[in-house]
Amino acid sequence: MERLLVVLLVAIMVALALALVRQKNLLALAVLSGAYSLAAAAAMVVLDAIDVAFTEAAVGAGISLTLMLAAIALATRRGQTDVAPHGGRRAVALAAAMAAGGALLYATSGMPPLGDAAAPVHGHIGARFIAEGPVATGIPNMVTSVLASYRGYDTLGEVTVIFAAGVAVMALLRRRREEA
Amino acid sequence: MSEQPVLRVAARLLVPFILLFALYVQMHGEYGPGGGFQAGVIFAAGLIVHALVFGPRRALQAFPRGAFTAMVSLGVALYAAVGFAALAAGGDFLEYGAFDSHDPVHGQHIGIVAIELGVGITVAGVIAAIFFTFAER
Repeated sequence: MERLLVVLLVAIMVALALALVRQKNLLALAVLSGAYSLAAAAAMVVLDAIDVAFTEAAVGAGISLTLMLAAIALATRRGQTDVAPHGGRRAVALAAAMAAGGALLYATSGMPPLGDAAAPVHGHIGARFIAEGPVATGIPNMVTSVLASYRGYDTLGEVTVIFAAGVAVMALLRRRREEA
Repeated sequence: MSEQPVLRVAARLLVPFILLFALYVQMHGEYGPGGGFQAGVIFAAGLIVHALVFGPRRALQAFPRGAFTAMVSLGVALYAAVGFAALAAGGDFLEYGAFDSHDPVHGQHIGIVAIELGVGITVAGVIAAIFFTFAER
């Protein structure tokens, strides 16, 4: 049942990705990318990564979509359609895309199966975080205990990046006050 | 700004609960899914719903620009201050255990709640600031 749900959600995501490639209307592109995020959030729920799903649904499907729509309202509705390569360049672009896609597909075959407990990523400090985290921090949600305590430096860095992004947008786009 | 009664009534009902849910996610992040980042996003989303339905001007009356511009830097400052407070209490930077010399787990709890609050404040402020900067143009 769970496998079926994952296959269904991945199929929806592939279909949305194909629709994204074919779509030229920026408004429709923004809405499709929001739908893609919602499907990704649902897939994260199936994989028991509730915190990631929560973030993906709120940021990917909600805020990103709204901010993209706000940006489109400032710009033009239709993307430029004449930037696609022609003739010989088109063949080169296709070959490059196929080579990159092929390399990625080849690399996927070397990855451990989904949910494999023996995968290298689970053999490192993860087990210690799971065993010690909730006890050492008194926080039952071990995602929070890792993000806020074990990885407090990283999270401080992330918040600083968000701060810098906000300041940059305000510096670039905020209208100067004419009065004063 | 929308003249549609359904949107206006729905938004009037929903916005207070969206903001309340953001506070719940903020305060309950240690026990359930969520935390400062998600709470900040949801809080900003509540403000954005209000602005989309009633217009940015009314949203800015309820929640003035100066408030979230201050929030942008206040949250990071709170986070870094917790780090330095741990230094002052005799621990390492961001070592929350130092906040309670008798019970380091209690110290961890204080530190995590404080830095999550910092994360939530900055994230809510930045998203609201970006949205209203766009909406104003």
